[in-house]
Amino acid sequence: MTQATFRIWRGDASGGAWRDYPLDVADGMVVLDAVHQIQAEQAPDLAVRWNCKAGRCGSCSAEVNGMPRLMCMTRLEDLPLERPVTIEPMKAFPVVRDLVTDVSWNFRVKTRITPFTPRPPDAPDGTWRMQQVDVDRVMEFRKCIECFLCQDVCHVLRDHRLHERFIGPRFLIYAAGLEMHPLDTADRREELRRAHGIGFCNITKCCTKVCPEGIAITDNAIIPLKERVVDRAFDPLFKLLRLLGLVD
Amino acid sequence: MPETVSHDVLVIGAGGAGLRAAIAASAEGASVGVVCKSLLGKAHTVMAEGGVAAALANVDDRDTWRVHFADTMRGGQYVNDCRMAELHAREAPDRVRELEAWGALFDRTPDGRILQRNFGGHAYPRLAHVGDRTGLEMIRTLQDHGIHRGIVFHMECTVTTLLTDDGRVVGAFGYDRERGRFRVYAAKAVVLATGGIGRAYRITSNSWEYTGDGLALAYDAGAELVDMEFLQFHPTGMVWPPSVRGLLVTEGVRGEGGILTNRDGRRFMFDEIPPAYVQQTADSEEEGWRYTQGDKTARRPPELLTRDHVARCIVREIKEGRGSPHGGVFLDISWIARRLPNAAEHIKRKLPAMYQQFKELAGVDITREPMEVGPTTHYMMGGVRVHPESQMSTVPGLFAAGECAAGLHGANRLGGNSLSDLLVFGKRAGDFAAAFAREHQPGRIDPALAEAAGRRAVEPFERASDGSDGPFKIQRDLQDMMQDLVGIVRAAPEMERALEGLTGLHGRAQRVAVNGNREYNPGWHTALDLHALLTVSEAVTRAALRRTESRGAHFREDYPAKDEALGRVRFVVKRNADRQMEVSSIPVPPLPPELARIIEEMQ
Repeated sequence: MTQATFRIWRGDASGGAWRDYPLDVADGMVVLDAVHQIQAEQAPDLAVRWNCKAGRCGSCSAEVNGMPRLMCMTRLEDLPLERPVTIEPMKAFPVVRDLVTDVSWNFRVKTRITPFTPRPPDAPDGTWRMQQVDVDRVMEFRKCIECFLCQDVCHVLRDHRLHERFIGPRFLIYAAGLEMHPLDTADRREELRRAHGIGFCNITKCCTKVCPEGIAITDNAIIPLKERVVDRAFDPLFKLLRLLGLVD
Repeated sequence: MPETVSHDVLVIGAGGAGLRAAIAASAEGASVGVVCKSLLGKAHTVMAEGGVAAALANVDDRDTWRVHFADTMRGGQYVNDCRMAELHAREAPDRVRELEAWGALFDRTPDGRILQRNFGGHAYPRLAHVGDRTGLEMIRTLQDHGIHRGIVFHMECTVTTLLTDDGRVVGAFGYDRERGRFRVYAAKAVVLATGGIGRAYRITSNSWEYTGDGLALAYDAGAELVDMEFLQFHPTGMVWPPSVRGLLVTEGVRGEGGILTNRDGRRFMFDEIPPAYVQQTADSEEEGWRYTQGDKTARRPPELLTRDHVARCIVREIKEGRGSPHGGVFLDISWIARRLPNAAEHIKRKLPAMYQQFKELAGVDITREPMEVGPTTHYMMGGVRVHPESQMSTVPGLFAAGECAAGLHGANRLGGNSLSDLLVFGKRAGDFAAAFAREHQPGRIDPALAEAAGRRAVEPFERASDGSDGPFKIQRDLQDMMQDLVGIVRAAPEMERALEGLTGLHGRAQRVAVNGNREYNPGWHTALDLHALLTVSEAVTRAALRRTESRGAHFREDYPAKDEALGRVRFVVKRNADRQMEVSSIPVPPLPPELARIIEEMQ
């Protein structure tokens, strides 16, 4: 048993303050365990979101010692316990209470992205044929657990608050997953450029760094998407065709 | 009366079954609202790892719906509702193919079709999958398809009471978790899709949400529950570190060749093979390995016997002192390095989530060393008694689908059959709920009922709290008691004690006090969840007492054998006129000759 102090931000939209909670910690504990223990023994109204406790659902996102993390996957033995462990809500979204933020914006953004549009089935029985390599190519993007830590750390959202003009890394990989889906036929390049603000991303790769699923968000999703968008929008031939009204 | 929203069909729960029901109902032209306790896409379907069972016959063309049907009945020890098992086996392939049309991606066969893998109790490779994160792929596909259909999602809202009028369900009462505001959801039909009851136990693979809400809501509204004694303990949950005890380790590990060993390194699953499975089980390690590698002439290794049997074998090893250091047994996939080149890469590709889970949470590299595993409370086979085709409960207008409904799985569920269950019966519940809504006028909502529900909900704030007995402590004591007295191995004296214990816990829940305000207050939420937890715990205990035999997931130390007469009945739990819980029996639905013939042929 080790003694540790957890410094947790308590409050709501109108403001709040840090509160210290001392705790005996046991082997193998993660930050979420500590929060639960504090909830059970010291602060039953401490608000926290969680579900699977296995890094699979992406509910327990918060900032631990200033870093966006899933609390369920952050082991105490990896943190310096000689000083207080700080836990605070994500910054890119409005606070509801304590560690819970209002992430509803994310759910609204997703509805604005052109949905999956498959090509006609390949076989008479209405099924498709795909190769494993083609499936593997987009698997990385489909691993996303929607924890929104990438959105939290993205300076376009966090600091510049451009939520109305930029969909953020989560939805850029979502769009990449659709664009590179072996069956999808929709073209999202124009909406990515205009409505979804892909140009705001200046590839600082902070999102990649915090992704608990290890998705190479910037390198494998955003940069290839940017290239596609640029090809479409600024290629001289395309420009000419557009001027002639032959493409939109 | 609180703020009221109206829908034709209200779906409670947004896991796979709820989402599939909502999509079906909206496709039928109904206006649909979905209420869920968490955010969208976080429900436990996300944790399903192994795959979705459907007789697509892409990998082994001997597979048909008949074989799937017979496997499901055998796994369920023949107390299943045979009509549900038939519909499930017949319709699962279409439901899986439909997901692909909505954007789901599954692993592929060399000729580009959906790949299928082996799983316990399935005769052929039958589980469509994508690595070990099939559940995430499914819930995300349903979620992303659903958000473009005009379905209204009420996220982070809890329903505490169903509202009835003249015996018919007309809506629900609940609160939003964020602000604690009360809501009335008026609906012509309600679909329950609330999942399981794992939180009634200390060691469970389930998250905080699984407090048996749907079962308690149905019970309180006068519906019948059935098969409540059949609670599945998954054989392989993590046992260390303590904070993740119970977390699921997919059966896919064994499907890929993983073996179970005890402290002495003995592969103990070969020691006892149930008679019904002797002919289908490998008699050497060599044959078992060939089966996992796709050799169609080989029979399956004993690690892939049904979950109830594997769980009991593990309990036996632990009880007899042959367990692992932290009170489990060993599950080893790293040994395949002796058989396969690049085994480590193979394991990481086939079981990425497991690799990550053990690496990050337990510091164990599963490509190099064995895992420690033990049984964990996983899945409720019992639940709301429904009509096998429409999924309507015994209360008009009230439907149930997925884990919270009963019948398909009988005494034991096969792995992979839950994901197909929620697709097949989620769709059916949605279709029939929409039809019911079309045929009925909106019901009358009695404001007095909503007000009474609101009063009950705020009572915990009005009681004086001395802080000695909070909601978390009551929940914990219930979990400890159910784990110890109504667990994997059961006996009458212990279960009688559990009933007494439940009376005590019920009294404490009636007196529970909480502090703070109504905004996102977990203490208050936990206090309100106690009612459902206690209701389902009592139902499990009473039904388990009545089944004086051992069958499937239900094992009685004092009645270790099967009783043929009890194999022909199911136990129904219902509230009687004195508001007491009453258990009665109904016959197991008889097998029509054509289905009986299938089972005969597949013996």
